[in-house]
Amino acid sequence: MESIILQLLNGLDKGSAYALIALGLTLIFGTLGVVNFAHGALFMMGAFIAVTLNMLLGISFEVEDPTRTDFLGNVMMVDTPYVVHWFGESFGNFLIDWSVPISVVVAIPVMALIGVAMERGLIRFFYKRPHADQILVTFGLAIVLQEIIKAFYGANPIPTPAPDAFVGSFDVGRILGFDAFAIMYPYWRLVYFFFAAVIIGLVFAFLQFTTFGMVVRAGMADRETVGLLGIDIDKRFVTMFAIAAIVAGLAGVMYTPILSPNYHMGMDFLVLSFVVVVVGGMGSLPGAVAAGFLLGILQSFASMTWIIELIPGINQVVIYLVAIVILLTRPRGLMGRKGVMEE
Amino acid sequence: MSFKTFSRRGVMKAGVATGAALATPTLFTGAVWADAHTGFTNAPGDSTVTLGFNVPQTGAYADEGADELRAYQLAVKHLNGEGDGGMMNTFSERNLDGTGILGRRVEFVTGDTQTNSDAARASARSMIERDGAIMITGGSSSGVAIAVQGLCQDAGVIFMAGLTHSNDTTGKDRRANGFRHFFNTEMSGRALAPILEANYGSDRKAYHLTADYTWGWSQEGSMRTYTEALGWETVNTVLTPVGAGDFSSYLTPVANSGADVLILNHYGGDMVNSLTQAVQFGLRDLQVNGKQFEIIVPLFSRLMARGAGDAIKGIFGSTNWHWSLQDEGSQAFVRSFGQEYGFPPSQAAHTCYVQTLLYADAVTRAGTFNPCGVVEALEGFEFDGLGNGPTLYRADDHQCFKDVLVVRGKENPESEYDLLEIVEITPRETVTYPVDHPDFQGGALGTCNPGA
Repeated sequence: MESIILQLLNGLDKGSAYALIALGLTLIFGTLGVVNFAHGALFMMGAFIAVTLNMLLGISFEVEDPTRTDFLGNVMMVDTPYVVHWFGESFGNFLIDWSVPISVVVAIPVMALIGVAMERGLIRFFYKRPHADQILVTFGLAIVLQEIIKAFYGANPIPTPAPDAFVGSFDVGRILGFDAFAIMYPYWRLVYFFFAAVIIGLVFAFLQFTTFGMVVRAGMADRETVGLLGIDIDKRFVTMFAIAAIVAGLAGVMYTPILSPNYHMGMDFLVLSFVVVVVGGMGSLPGAVAAGFLLGILQSFASMTWIIELIPGINQVVIYLVAIVILLTRPRGLMGRKGVMEE
Repeated sequence: MSFKTFSRRGVMKAGVATGAALATPTLFTGAVWADAHTGFTNAPGDSTVTLGFNVPQTGAYADEGADELRAYQLAVKHLNGEGDGGMMNTFSERNLDGTGILGRRVEFVTGDTQTNSDAARASARSMIERDGAIMITGGSSSGVAIAVQGLCQDAGVIFMAGLTHSNDTTGKDRRANGFRHFFNTEMSGRALAPILEANYGSDRKAYHLTADYTWGWSQEGSMRTYTEALGWETVNTVLTPVGAGDFSSYLTPVANSGADVLILNHYGGDMVNSLTQAVQFGLRDLQVNGKQFEIIVPLFSRLMARGAGDAIKGIFGSTNWHWSLQDEGSQAFVRSFGQEYGFPPSQAAHTCYVQTLLYADAVTRAGTFNPCGVVEALEGFEFDGLGNGPTLYRADDHQCFKDVLVVRGKENPESEYDLLEIVEITPRETVTYPVDHPDFQGGALGTCNPGA
């Protein structure tokens, strides 16, 4: 029982990331009709915003420490971060310690900018082109972005720790009435799950309860008619692209303490996120979220030792198997609507 | 005969052949191989010789590859008489004098293995066929090393392995043209076992997570052999895909498995992620079977330790070499490398630098670049002064036997490089295993291949 709950928790935090990325993908597909293979790269860029801020806050000046020597036998140069020098020991170290949550604030405008630049600079020229062209150009863009990141940050993963307050594990089992230490789950992963839930809630509320959201939903359903009503739907869709970029970026920022970011993390998530979108139903936002969590949980259960012993390799293929089954039985995905990508 | 048959290329070929034939008697320097400056693949000319450095320049091991490349460039500098000479001054053999190799200036070409066997073979082939490399060296993965070693054997060039730790490289996949200076998983097991017993006792239950390829299997096998010999029980072994990224679903069952030790047979990015996540999941805070839960990383590397951050503190592992060693050779290398690049070298850099010097020295002693001459010079070769104490290149399997370091993640590092502390230098006799060790069977060196 304990192990089932643990795998469920694992599935929830993996599912959170899938859901956030798939949500953005669906937003872009539903509004702009573009299959965006660069969406994983946006997730990766978000993670590297956190890495960059962590590095910027850590920029130091060197002071000679005559009592110590370095590896070559010269006088040791001790690093003191500028923020500690400027803001004092306690607040300076607090800024460095909390760099990941602070990155969330920084990432919102930066990701919006990246999103708009991407849309205006490249993707808008491909609206009327076939999906294959869109896939090729966005895939190419993804490769360019990840090579740029690699050139600046190297190929190895860069550790970006969570604030000290969230280091360690929470005893989930004790709350549920199990023995102490039976179900331990890292604080940050729980934070990630709640963060994802809040973001998903905000996006849905925005689309559901604002006039802007209503117009966008109308545009998703029938772009032409909304245009005939005199609404400049394209302008709103650009905003939606920026929002999708922000969602992916925030997913990346918050994921850094879970998985030290490297340049190809976006690609790793992209393929799975597409499966999530397809399983959820092309163009369906609730479908994307539901399928994200569903596949995250399934993948996590398939990694349990006794299941792998029963069916070796199942953990690698379970998502694709489920995708095949769902597409055979429900060709439009779990919550797909008629007419999407079927013209 | 038409005029066309006297092409420029034809005339030049004939000229070179005649020149080589005329020059042959003057090149009689060594004893046995002296008449053999031709008759093997990529025989170098009189002025330069080309070495091929095949390292991961992209992919998950790119940082290690970059450090290997730095070491190779430094070795080339020293061989050509530039810089301070590094370990050439401490090497027990004094044949290298900064005039290149056998009087030929050393040049090099580089290839990118991408930590992928196919890419590595393609780049090695290109360096041999297009660039005329006489020797290939490098690599940061056993899968790659074994693939390239096989290719070099077939092509008739020497392969001086870089960082490769699987037993198979000098076990079932050993080749006459291939040589390994780096240690292997058998040696790690032998070196670690006594330290583990002293610190964690002989009544432990171990859980293995293992990278699913040749090195991981080899590492798990060796660790099982030596921990079970201590009296430890192996509770479970789980294979994880290389590059899994998130190991949470493999880690969560560990806490309730009854195990009180987790052995992570992972390297590179996998090790960084699995170790960091194991610590996040609170495994090190657990008390199981009345004992503190412990984690072991059998193969440690400083570059990886940096990636794992605080998670490595107090964790035991083994390593081939560390820059804090105080012997004359290590100090000379650290000084030379540190002045050139501003930071200390990694174990990958060390083994690659040493392999280059060993090759150059073997060629010099043999008096020829002929691979068969080099093989003969390296087989059974005893040397010292290259950072690992007295070392033997065993003739039977082309494996170096030398001291092995047991290290532990440092609790209070003094700098960003000061991440591992040496707990013990396990002497060569302890890590030496017999030639007929069962884990190394199933292959044979065969005979050296000089190629063309």
